[in-house]
This record gives sequence, C-alpha cells and structure tokens, in this order.
Amino acid sequence: MSELSLETISTTYFDVLKELGNIGAGNATTALASLLQCKVDMKVPQVRVLDFKDVGTLLGGEEQEMAGAYLAVEGDITGSILFLVKKEIAIHLVKKLMGDMASDEFGEMEVSAFKEISNIITGSYLNALSTLTNLCIYPSIPDLAIDMAGAILSVPAIEFGIMGDKILLIQSQISDDIDIDGFFIMIPDMESYEKILRALGIITD
Amino acid sequence: MEIKVGMADMNVCVSPDSIITLGLGSCVGVVLYDPSIKTCGMVHVMLPDSTAISNNSNTAKFADTGVEALLKMVLAKGAKKERLVAKIAGGAQMFSVNKDSPTLKVGERNVQAVKAKLKELGIKLIAEDTGENFGRTVIFYPETGEYLIRAIGKDPKTI
Repeated sequence: MSELSLETISTTYFDVLKELGNIGAGNATTALASLLQCKVDMKVPQVRVLDFKDVGTLLGGEEQEMAGAYLAVEGDITGSILFLVKKEIAIHLVKKLMGDMASDEFGEMEVSAFKEISNIITGSYLNALSTLTNLCIYPSIPDLAIDMAGAILSVPAIEFGIMGDKILLIQSQISDDIDIDGFFIMIPDMESYEKILRALGIITD
Repeated sequence: MEIKVGMADMNVCVSPDSIITLGLGSCVGVVLYDPSIKTCGMVHVMLPDSTAISNNSNTAKFADTGVEALLKMVLAKGAKKERLVAKIAGGAQMFSVNKDSPTLKVGERNVQAVKAKLKELGIKLIAEDTGENFGRTVIFYPETGEYLIRAIGKDPKTI
C-alpha cells in the first residue's frame, strides 16, 4: 500500500465515506438539536474529491472568512480533523447557544462556545467512524482559527499534499432556521488510512 | 491584468501586470524579481522538501524544486540571475493544538527551506513577512517591486 493516493481510492471507499458522512451528520443533527434546543434538519451529505485549486471556489473563494476547528486524533488511528463553516454561520450557531450574551465578533466566550459546538459535531462524525470500523478514536481539544478559507485549508491541503494533489472532504448541510453548510475534512496519517480501509474490509490480505 | 497563482502553482509576470496568490496559510509565496526589466515570477510552495515524498512530480509544490523551477521560468523571460532579488511571505502556523506537531510547524519549515534554497542559488532575499498565525493574500507589482500583503483585521502592508 505504499502507493496509496487519493487518485486511486476505490469507489467502495467513497461510498463508505458517504455512509460515514450520513451517519455522522445524523448524529450531529441530534446532538445539535439537543444542545441548541431547537429543531435541526439535515440533507444528504456530499463527499468530494477536489483539486487544490478548486477547494477555495467551493467554499466561496480563498478569501472567504471562515471559522475552522482543528483537532488531533489519537487511539487506534492517528491524524487530524478539520471542521469549518463560514464565519457568519459560526456566529449564528454561537448565538443560538449563548443567546443575547453573544456578540458578532469572536471574543473569548464566543471562541469557547464555538469550540464546544465543534466538539459535538466532530465527535458525532468520529463516533460514526468508530462504529463503522470498530477502532478506538480519541479527539483532542479543538483549536480554532478565524481566517481566510485558503489559509485555513492550507493545513489539510499540506497534509493531503504529502499523498497527492487532491483534497477529500465531506460537505454536510444541516439547517435550523438557516442553512448551515459545514465542511468536514478527515486526514488520517498514512498508516491509519490503511487501518481504516482494512477495518472496513476494503483491503484484505 | 492580475495573474493568479493557485496552491502548488507558479507563473511569471511582466509590468504593468501584477501577480497574486490568495489566502496563503502555512504555504509560502516566493517572488523572484529582476528590477531592470520589471519582470518577476511567483511560486506558491506547500511543503519544504521534495525528496521526503515519493509523489513529487509537481515541482511547484515544494520549496526546493519550486524555487529552482521558478528561477528557470524567469530566466526564460529574459531575467538575469545576477540581478534577481527575492521577497517572500506566508509560512504561518494556523493551529497550535499540538505545539510540537511537525505538520503544524510546516510553515516555519517551508520558510527555512525557501531561504536555504535561495542562499544555495545565490539569490538575495531582500524582504519577508513570514510566520505568526494568520492568513495572507499577497500581490506583487513588478512595476515598482512592491509586495503587498493583506490579512483579515490588519492594515495592508507593503514590503
């Protein structure tokens, strides 16, 4: 498996990721509804493999201001996870959680609230992955960046860059009173990729 | 005209045009500039070392091969190596969840690798805006040799 790259990932793995996206988004919807005390709907998530140059366009341009939560993952697999939404969506979610106490800019409280929301959302996806693979996965505390989409995405792009020229992401749409487009990027380390594929039965030998 | 350079991409630019790369994070935007013919090239490198990776066919992706390939491109446009100067920007550390993670410190490693390559090639680095923890959009104007840096919530800066 030394030549593993996103270009050669099988359609089976793609389907598995889609299923993972579905279950993850389902979990996230339930968790968000209970955290935010409101009704939350979800749409079928999309799994996308994109060239680096097209990623910015999908997110509304490289200079689109976004909130990204980054977590390191340990356990049976290692790697990292990035969850990102447009900044105004992040503020919307924070306001839902904090009510009138939240402002339109990211202060200490807003950062902390968004980290909590990111924890819940990424936790939902990780639970789905853990259930599908029977692997133990422990996320770290998230770190937050509010910055240009291109700059935030350079982090996973560089990690994917070690393997190829494409980036793989799950786009999920949930909605309460507004549509929330969330992008979820999983970057398992090389060895962990193989472990995941093996646990899913895609590689057998 | 504004020439756009994407991630792991490079191009050349002659005055009065300008050359731009949007939303640099840990990547580095390297400009090689020949003032006497107002010609420059820009490469957007993502990783420090092409020799550490087997899948390394895209030369613009790496600091070592990227700077060399860019040099070839600007020389082909009529630039003279002895007149070339360099300006660089980017190499931020966007996240610090694990401070010692080599992946998260890749910005710093990119900057070091670019500097080492420039030194090896004998090209003088005359200005830089690197490191810290924020994204940058960079535009180079070969007419004046100015490298403009924009960041969210900060005043634009020219180096």
